[in-house]
Amino acid sequence: MAAKPPYSHRDPMLKKRDDFEDILEERRNSSDLRYALKCYTPVVYKGVTPNAASLLKTTVLQSDQLHYVVDQLSKETGVAADVIQEEASAILEEMAHRQQLSTVRFFAFTLSKAFKALFRSIHVNEEGIQRLQQAIQEHPVVLLPSHRSYMDFLLMSYILYTYDLVLPVIAAGMDFMGMKFVGEMLRMSGAFFIRRSFGGDKLYWTVFSEYVKTMLRNGMAPVEFFLEGTRSRTSKSLTPKLGLLNIVMDPFFKGEVFDVSLVPVSISYERILEETLYARELLGVPKPKESTSGLFKARKVLSEDYGSIHVYFGQPVSVRSLAQGKVNRCHFNLMPRHIPRRPSDETQCFVNDSAYSLVRAQEENMVLKPWVLLASLLLQNQSQGLLLDELTEQAVWLRGLSREYGAFLNWPDHMAPSEVVSSSLSLHRDLVKISGGRVQLALGGQAGPRQPCSSPITEEELMNQAVVVLSCTSYRNQALHVFLRPALLASAIHIATSAKKEEVYNSFSFLRNMLSNEFILCPGATLQDFEEACYLLGKTGALQMSQQEMQVTDSGQKTVNFLTAMLDPFLQGYQVVCRYLCEEATEALTEKQFIPAIRTFIVRLILAGSLRYYELLSSDLQKNALAALLRLGAIRKIKVADNVTLKVNRLMVNSLEDTLGGKLPTQKAVAARL
Amino acid sequence: SILLILSQCSVNSSVFTQEIMKWNGWGYSDSRFLFNKKGQAEFTGKRYRLSGMILPSLKDWFEGTFGASLQHKSPATVSAIYIYFFNAVQPPTLNEAFVEDLKSVGIPFSHDAEDRVFRAHGHCLHEIFALREGKVGRVPDLVVWPNCHNDVVKIVELACKHSVCLIPYGGGTSVSSALECPPEETRSIVSLDTSQMNRILWIDEKNLTAHVEAGIIGQDLERLLNENGYCTGHEPDSMEFSSLGGWVATRASGMKKNIYGNIEDLVVHIKMVTPRGVIEKSCLGPRMSTGPDIHHFIMGSEGTLGVVTEVTMKIRPMPEYQKYGSVVFPNFEQGVACLREVARQRCAPASIRLMDNEQFQFGHALKPQVSSIFTSFLDGLKKFYITKFKGFDPHHLCVATLLFEGNREKVLQHEKQVYDIAAKFGGLAAGEDNGQRGYMLTFVIAYLRDLGMDYYVIGESFETSVPWDRVLDICRNVKERIIRECKERGVQFPPLSTCRVTQTYDAGACVYFYFAFNYRGLSDPVHVYERVEHAAREEILANGGSLSHHHGVGKLRKEWMRETLSNVGMGMLKSVKDYVDPNNIFGNRNLL
Repeated sequence: MAAKPPYSHRDPMLKKRDDFEDILEERRNSSDLRYALKCYTPVVYKGVTPNAASLLKTTVLQSDQLHYVVDQLSKETGVAADVIQEEASAILEEMAHRQQLSTVRFFAFTLSKAFKALFRSIHVNEEGIQRLQQAIQEHPVVLLPSHRSYMDFLLMSYILYTYDLVLPVIAAGMDFMGMKFVGEMLRMSGAFFIRRSFGGDKLYWTVFSEYVKTMLRNGMAPVEFFLEGTRSRTSKSLTPKLGLLNIVMDPFFKGEVFDVSLVPVSISYERILEETLYARELLGVPKPKESTSGLFKARKVLSEDYGSIHVYFGQPVSVRSLAQGKVNRCHFNLMPRHIPRRPSDETQCFVNDSAYSLVRAQEENMVLKPWVLLASLLLQNQSQGLLLDELTEQAVWLRGLSREYGAFLNWPDHMAPSEVVSSSLSLHRDLVKISGGRVQLALGGQAGPRQPCSSPITEEELMNQAVVVLSCTSYRNQALHVFLRPALLASAIHIATSAKKEEVYNSFSFLRNMLSNEFILCPGATLQDFEEACYLLGKTGALQMSQQEMQVTDSGQKTVNFLTAMLDPFLQGYQVVCRYLCEEATEALTEKQFIPAIRTFIVRLILAGSLRYYELLSSDLQKNALAALLRLGAIRKIKVADNVTLKVNRLMVNSLEDTLGGKLPTQKAVAARL
Repeated sequence: SILLILSQCSVNSSVFTQEIMKWNGWGYSDSRFLFNKKGQAEFTGKRYRLSGMILPSLKDWFEGTFGASLQHKSPATVSAIYIYFFNAVQPPTLNEAFVEDLKSVGIPFSHDAEDRVFRAHGHCLHEIFALREGKVGRVPDLVVWPNCHNDVVKIVELACKHSVCLIPYGGGTSVSSALECPPEETRSIVSLDTSQMNRILWIDEKNLTAHVEAGIIGQDLERLLNENGYCTGHEPDSMEFSSLGGWVATRASGMKKNIYGNIEDLVVHIKMVTPRGVIEKSCLGPRMSTGPDIHHFIMGSEGTLGVVTEVTMKIRPMPEYQKYGSVVFPNFEQGVACLREVARQRCAPASIRLMDNEQFQFGHALKPQVSSIFTSFLDGLKKFYITKFKGFDPHHLCVATLLFEGNREKVLQHEKQVYDIAAKFGGLAAGEDNGQRGYMLTFVIAYLRDLGMDYYVIGESFETSVPWDRVLDICRNVKERIIRECKERGVQFPPLSTCRVTQTYDAGACVYFYFAFNYRGLSDPVHVYERVEHAAREEILANGGSLSHHHGVGKLRKEWMRETLSNVGMGMLKSVKDYVDPNNIFGNRNLL
């Protein structure tokens, strides 16, 4: 990593971002039908293989890669090669897209209608589109949108169609295919379907990766997939999945293409369509199986106002430049390239780092609405709520802070802050209530004015309230990436035993490591993150640093309190998980039982009044905590018959809990292990 | 001055080769491209088929491809007079004792500036560019002309005795900075010019071998053998000027290697003089199992171990019949697929080369003015047939040139076989003429670089060898890398970045890249050129190409040797050097 430049204190406020343009505006003023039937002649990749589309399947089925694996499997299993080849053919049939312009036009028409009904506007940065257009001509392109809604990929194709760009082929989860009619429609609009898990299935993997690589090599269309693998239910970015990224980089590593352009795309919704759906899912109401009828039931959403969408096409990233000095392509010189090989450690590390920086690029260009700030403030003042004036005043303060930290905030500066606040509140009226000038989260009806929100009595009541809280957190979470590093530092100062820089760094490093399943924290960038956090806190005057010590200033107390409060639910959550594992978990606790069990435990604590954060009920947080403990070796998985049980190292879990709570200093030993 | 020294000795007239050669460009002084007053390109002299001809389309191609203009000239800044008589050249550091001993054994030598400068360089772009600008770095202090093997033995002994650095010099056509004098060398540097050792010592018709002195120049060797009804068939592109010893020292490859083999296949016996003594095998057996073949320490040693003095090599009766040919393919991919199939069937003609579209167009620009309306009508018809009737895109089609050799019947049979294969890949026979012109170009292309340099265009070629499955990828990636690097380094005009497949093997091919650009607006064009070539070489290596197929390593590509050979491999070569030449008498510092 010697090539990595040291963190430069580039002021995040100076980040240059493009302007937006509303693509719905034209739709409201001209015929959708004419738009759907418009002349569509996108520019294509300069190296496009003629007839690539029609030859796609044949190319895949006749590829050396597939032949090799088929032969291997045939030798291993004794099944005749042509039988396996048939199987491959069937897999490809199940997977392949059948993009056709008529379906695209159908979508262009219906989506125009739907989008106009649902959204006030769809903002797109046109310069990004221009960059994309350029990139498409020069190299194969991979589109990497963030994933917050089912809407995402239809929206992407819709935008590309609008701007006369080549429509992407999209990697979609198999669950869509369950929706009979819709599945086929999506296929015809350019989706191809992959099974959710095919871990050991070599044949499937080969067909799949060859399919994607062939499309990329031929350069017929951009390949689109979601780095996060699935929709984020929490609006936090998810730890990137590496499989597909590995596949699309491979043709570059092997010299089959000169370069590949990766284009991160940030899609931000002012109001997420699946808002409460997600909250329920996180609380343990299982996700409804995607079905066509379910989608039609969702029609009632059409009558609601979902505000605006911002889609930001980021700077195309050249894999060649990324890999410069990090990946030795000679690695592939000594073996035929069609023989499958595990990527080298160096390559894996590179792909992983790239994935993180791409997700961060998505995060950076996510547009934040004022409501995101309001939600953060309201969550921190759950019990009392805030007077409307107070809320406005705090929001203005937070606006300043978030801009200092480089947030891409879409705050209408021409409006009076109070107006901005009330219009935001009104768009999210399901989540807040205003009574007697006091703004609170809408947690059940009985809480009167000036009265603290009454504690829930039954589990059902609790769950209903938790739905509102979790919905709200999904908005706060949109801003987390802005505050995360300073918040980690603020919390580190809080739990560190002294103000010594070294101690604080140890605590910071501990917290960062502990929470690295929770947030996007690039592996190996602890020092860089620490310096960034110091810089940001120092810049806003919240922190005073000498050579040895770091001290929160009086004026910075407010900032630091806000930041610590932002992270506190997570720290509490991890402690509760630790406590559960130490105190309640039996030897026979299985992996499957973990989530229900911990949920019951937390419900009990909340009902007993000893825990105040409802968001701890989020299975996302619980899973992340478990994953972190597994990663740190505090828990081990043991396979017993068909079950996986969790073996808890109580001593270690206990000490982690205490360290998180600031009761135990961040031991060197612990820090070293992490 | 040169005559004064030389007059004491009997030196064969070909010492004066340098007098008919350019001192700051390629080839013969009388042969060069120029744009005449009408703005038409012509090739001067009488030596080549193209000589004296007008090339009507070259100007448009030249200006169009490079964005160059005949108005913008960049002629060589100094005349020969400036360099030689105004002391731009450092006075020689002579080892007096060595010179005295040399005199006493009667071996001719010179420390004349012209002689020294002439032997201080090969033909890399930076070397020629510097000469044109009148810049001369470290040059040999003395030139010696041994007349035979024994003279070389004496010279090497004296060099060891007096601690003098020896740099063998053959034809001077190196393109790897191999002839550059190491600037850090403090000893007196002596250029050992083998040009006087140019005799065929015997021909053995029973075994079809010839014993030849290593200083002989390719075309002379071929001519002399031809007089006896034989040939070696070894025809590297540089054969007009390069020497047998140079071929051995660099592991050369010839155009017709498909029939005759590369230098390592042609050589039966080598005699080399080293500081440790003379190395040679004891017999002329056609193959031996006597441990690692010591010839392979010699071939490719690039003058770091000693001087090759005599070589016994295979000869063949001259071919009864020769026929050129060419095939047009709709695109480069199909062309490569065809060459691959030809190699698979092991039916490659004496030579088969595939040019990409840019080179195809370049070749067209070099078409001489046609003599009759009929020819031009035929050309038009051909073009119409290929592009309109057959639907070949003129911006994608590419051409393979062929050379068949053997007895007439077999050649015709062979020709049919190859054309049949080509047809499977959409190839159309495009006539003997195109083929022949393709090969002629080989010899004049080096002259073209000098023309470019008169108009702000610099360029060079470099080569690699690569497995078949990577040929297309390496061609695309290296060409694109060149274009991108030029852009990033501030070149104002799109470069010419083109390639051709020049040799086929069972397991791969040799690929040549040509790269040139208009350097107007650049303050240090040579530096830019070198960085781009460096990047291109990195790209070649990253795409599974070799460091060199036949140009050798010299000093230009030394930095990649370790990763090419592994540490142990480097150690092996190093230990051979340490044993054979412990005092680094052969101190050109090539290779290792």
